[in-house]
Amino acid sequence: MQSYIPIFLMIGVSAFLGIVFLVLQRFLGPHRPNPEKLSTYESGMPPVKSARERFSVKYYMVAVLFILFDIEVIFLYPWAVNFRALGLFGYVEMILFILILLVGYLYILKKGALQWD
Amino acid sequence: MNMYEIIFYFFAFITVASASVVVFSRNIIYAAFSLLFTFFGVAGIYVLLNADFLAITQLLIYVGGILVLLLFGVMLTTNTVNIDIKSGSMNVLAAASVVAALAGLLGGVFWTSDWFVSKQMGELPAQTTSKEIGTALITTHVLPFEIASVILLVAIVGAAMMARREGIKSQIPSSK
Repeated sequence: MQSYIPIFLMIGVSAFLGIVFLVLQRFLGPHRPNPEKLSTYESGMPPVKSARERFSVKYYMVAVLFILFDIEVIFLYPWAVNFRALGLFGYVEMILFILILLVGYLYILKKGALQWD
Repeated sequence: MNMYEIIFYFFAFITVASASVVVFSRNIIYAAFSLLFTFFGVAGIYVLLNADFLAITQLLIYVGGILVLLLFGVMLTTNTVNIDIKSGSMNVLAAASVVAALAGLLGGVFWTSDWFVSKQMGELPAQTTSKEIGTALITTHVLPFEIASVILLVAIVGAAMMARREGIKSQIPSSK
């Protein structure tokens, strides 16, 4: 458990800093709103319409593919922790594992699933 | 109350509080974002249970992946604020049988498992489960490990098939 203390400290410090900055700007910063300032920022232009609109389903496909390769990384992690102990056999196993997924990667490349249009 | 319990209740509070926001919030964006804290709290509890591999998986897959997927799902919908959450009861018999089967499975695992119980959980020596999981995955459980990659391959192919079904052009203007 001792080895997690730095992580807990980091969570604590970052949360503390975030809260401190939010509170400080409330008390120290000037507060003079006008309609121009309060309008939605759209690169300096007047906002055209609501930002709340439906997104293209293509984003979803990218997210699905991202998760699948994310899961692949999870399998790499326990192998990498004792890479030396597992030796050549583990290395070959992992190569095989990645090769099978590489087939999938090449498939989606060929299929054009990563192309935007 | 020692340090261990304080940390446990801290994570338990985060988990339960954010989970109730997920359930009761009427804005699904808030619900999706507070799910982040639910996942995070569960990851913290995994760490307290010395299950560091599960914690890493929780952070990488759930916080990093599933949540992104959920947020994209939210962005694909039209109504995000003030939706009426109606949940009626239907297919009671089928649902009850599935729930009973699942409960039986979980109960069976619970009763037959050899639980490692310690009086002082906090004083356990810090041990990493990732090392043992890695060894087991490559040596004794090689076949399931490779089957996992095949399953992932099938999922990738399926996702690509869905992605390229461009026969029906969507009416939604694609926002760049």
